[in-house]
Amino acid sequence: MTWETVIGLETHVELATRTKIFCSCTTEFGGAPNTHCCPVCMGMPGTLPVLNEKVVELAVTAGLALNCAIAPVSRFDRKNYFYPDLPKAYQISQLYLPIARDGAVDIGGGKTIRIHELHMEEDAGKLVHDPWLDQTLTDYNRCGVPLIEIVTEPDFRSAEEVIAYLEKLKETLQYLGVSDCKMQEGSLRCDVNLSVRPVGSAELGTRTEMKNLNSFKAISRAIAYEARRQIELLEEGKRVVQETRRWDENKDATYAMRSKENAQDYRYFPDPDLPGVELSGAYLEHLKASLPELAEHKRARYQADWGLPAYDTEMITSQKTLAEFFEALVALGTDPKQGANWIMGQVLGQLSAHGLEAKDMKLTPATLARLIALVKEGRLNRNTAVKVFEAVFVTDGDVDAYVKEHGLEQVSDAGLVETVVEQVLAANEKSVADLKAGKEKAFGFLVGQVMRQLKGQASPAVVNQVLRDKLG
Amino acid sequence: MKITEEMVDYISQLSRLQLPQEEKTAMTAQLEGIVAYMDVLNRLDTSGVEPVSHIFPLKNVTRSDEVVPSGDREELLANGPAVKDGAFLVPKTVE
Repeated sequence: MTWETVIGLETHVELATRTKIFCSCTTEFGGAPNTHCCPVCMGMPGTLPVLNEKVVELAVTAGLALNCAIAPVSRFDRKNYFYPDLPKAYQISQLYLPIARDGAVDIGGGKTIRIHELHMEEDAGKLVHDPWLDQTLTDYNRCGVPLIEIVTEPDFRSAEEVIAYLEKLKETLQYLGVSDCKMQEGSLRCDVNLSVRPVGSAELGTRTEMKNLNSFKAISRAIAYEARRQIELLEEGKRVVQETRRWDENKDATYAMRSKENAQDYRYFPDPDLPGVELSGAYLEHLKASLPELAEHKRARYQADWGLPAYDTEMITSQKTLAEFFEALVALGTDPKQGANWIMGQVLGQLSAHGLEAKDMKLTPATLARLIALVKEGRLNRNTAVKVFEAVFVTDGDVDAYVKEHGLEQVSDAGLVETVVEQVLAANEKSVADLKAGKEKAFGFLVGQVMRQLKGQASPAVVNQVLRDKLG
Repeated sequence: MKITEEMVDYISQLSRLQLPQEEKTAMTAQLEGIVAYMDVLNRLDTSGVEPVSHIFPLKNVTRSDEVVPSGDREELLANGPAVKDGAFLVPKTVE
């Protein structure tokens, strides 16, 4: 029998707010345990949560970009569960009236993934096992950090589609400024619901939910493993049990979580501490109008307006700050293709050499624009320009001052070049004879000698011209 | 609705509570009383009444996204029975 894998995703994304969802503690990553906490996020009795307005704004922005219908009225509910990662014994989430529903994401290749819903909720704390006491330590710094959970319909048929969706989601949310989506810091986390069925069957098989998937690689491998496990069970005439399974990166396998952790009876009810959220038409229109241009649109525009190859547009839009840098460069008068080449070669090269991300770069577009202009005006040759670039990259130095201080300006003075050419010709009679005998290689040697005399700062075009003239 | 001892067992398990038999019996009777009151409320005709989730006509109570210094850790941790390395200490829950 041929089997088909059916996958739905639940993705949790930490929002890029300064403060937590229901209190004014910082959301900064890390920090000594329990230093980003207050009575509200620690769930002390008698405290009152107050919603962060920025959370609503970012959730609606994400909903709009994912083509969702935004709910005019939405509310928070309590998801009750007793586990020490949440000191209140419930998580504030949205079940009955989520803020956004019924979206769609185009993942390319003619495939669209439907979004079932998008809702706001709070993150839980971190539990650390203490091996000496064989007990658990609780760190609530992350407790109350705002999240959106994005739930898809079971529309994926392969790991490749899942990764394409996540890449698109990540890119979109980063461009919107909704989240930094750093998987290594847990800003983007993904649970995978997977079932298998015979090809052609309309009915869904029994699904399992996989947790603890912290990288695209882990997601791909977990999907491959779990699909194979379920198919083997069914082919042996056994059943798939609906359960939550944990991916073990080291063992390359999923295993069922203990049934106690599996007991899911959340007894949701509306949170009486939090009044509802009502969004006016004007508010939604305002957010719609302020949606930034997304990467996909930028790529199309760079190709259409500036004739950049698809490859260049992919590289440049891979990081939002890089795309913004590029656009600023072009706005300063740099030729788009020249600018693109410098970004893909030198800028990305230096970023990687210094282990930096584009957003941490000190170099300004004005500095690079000036450097490119100096090359274009024939005042710096390209190799020298690359050296200048490397020198000014880290601290964003003054290009003109650097060139002047190090005497790097290209010699385009034909008179000076002429004098040097005459000296070189006089000192290399054998090469001149070789050249006249038809050995073109000798010409390159003579150019090299002239360049050496001029410390590499001569314009190659001028040197070539003067040499040809002198040699008749 | 009748509250049975099995229901009390189930609810206490969800809350990680271990109730001795006499508390279990007492709890069953108390929950029964609460649920019986719901039956009284259920006798009211609410067919023309909008459901509400909040008793006051409030909406959009929000705050701006500005950081306020967090609480004093020692003071916060003083609310728990056991503390180690700046964290609450709880029974083993992770493997």
